[in-house]
Formats: sequence, C-alpha cells, structure tokens
Amino acid sequence: MAGRRIRRTRKGDYQLRLSAEERTLLRSLPAELRDILDSQDPALGRLYPPAYTSDPVHDAEYQMLMHGELRERHEEALAVMEETVENERLDQDQLHAWSRALNELRLVLGTRLDVTEDMDEVDPEDPRAPGFALYGYLTWLQGEIIEALAAAL
Amino acid sequence: MDEDVTEPDRPWLVIVWNDPINLMSYVTWVFQKLFGYSREKATKLMLDVHHKGRAIVSSGTRERAELDVFRLHAHGLWATMEQAT
Repeated sequence: MAGRRIRRTRKGDYQLRLSAEERTLLRSLPAELRDILDSQDPALGRLYPPAYTSDPVHDAEYQMLMHGELRERHEEALAVMEETVENERLDQDQLHAWSRALNELRLVLGTRLDVTEDMDEVDPEDPRAPGFALYGYLTWLQGEIIEALAAAL
Repeated sequence: MDEDVTEPDRPWLVIVWNDPINLMSYVTWVFQKLFGYSREKATKLMLDVHHKGRAIVSSGTRERAELDVFRLHAHGLWATMEQAT
C-alpha cells in the first residue's frame, strides 16, 4: 500500500489502512501480553518501574497505592486496541490507546530480545529473528501512529 | 503518605531516563501531550534524555510529582522522582 497508512480525516478522526493479516496479528497480541501481566516475567519490569530509586520505603508505599491502578491503565489500552482492531476509523482517544498498547508490547518484547539503540541486522538464521521481525513491525506502526497524532497537536 | 521524613520546602523533580525501546518521536509526543509543552521544548527534553541519559521534565510538590511519574509510567516511560538538593 502506498502513502500514509494512518491519516487524519477532516472530521478529526483517523483512518487506518491495515491489511487483514496485520489486523489478525494485532488481534492476537493483547491476549498474549495479558496472560503474562500477573506473572513474575522479568520483562514486565519495564511496565512497572520504581518511582523512588534511592528510597525503598517510599517506593514500597508508592507501589502499594499505584501498582493496581497502573496495571488497569495498561490493561485498558490493550482492551481498546482489541475492541477496535477491525475498525477502519478511530477517534483520537482510541488511537492514543493503540499507541500505548503497542508501546507495552514493544517494551516487553524489546526487553526479552535485549534490543539496543544501535541494532545490527539480525541473521535470518538467528532463532530470535521472528521476534525481531515482529518488534520491527510494531515499531514501524507505532511510528506511523505518533506521526498522525503529533500532526494534530 | 507521611511527610515527616522529607523537607516539604524543596521541590520534587520528575526525571525521565533514556532507554533503547521508546521511540524518540513517541517520547516527544508524550511530553507535549502530558505537560502541554511546545514541540520545541518537548524535543529539547527528549534530546537531553537521549544524549545525557536523563532529563528533569517537571517539578513541584511531592503529590504533583507522583502524579506525573504515574502518567509517564502509564505511557511506558522510565520515570523516577527525587527531592531537589
């Protein structure tokens, strides 16, 4: 498909041009992430960072108060993407939720893959190659969404 | 939360740390969206995060800083807070 895949319309919502394969892929990912949100998976650390790094007492208080609410925010973004994955059009709040959901997926996947800022090409024989391909696709899509959202600020 | 162990007068600073996953365009957009910063100011803060490893993105009362940290965490940014020295 040529041209921008996510475009702001005159009415102020956003048109998404995604293939059936892309939508099938995107539909499957929130459930996979939700399955591990309750686990002790070390990759989840990036979704729940400490607030006070040098003050464990205050950080424990903060986490006790805020962890559940943060988890709800993460789940909410995943749910919006799941519910609207077939939509041709999204409003601004829905597209914002997509950007957060894609970022959650990238944070967990990127942590598992141990990505760095200057990634070399991954050998196609590398067992992590499919993971890097998915990470690359999610990165590209998030970039498209941010470009569309930033143009409306 | 109790306030007895911290000086109430010194402001709390909200710091965003560099990480290899969050896109530069996303970080800039989040600063604009959450704090109402201009694109220029948000871009400068993002570049400080990227090149210097961290940047102070907001400051204020402890409650205000906790709220900002929470909103940044909800967007997947690596944010912490500390009291100004």
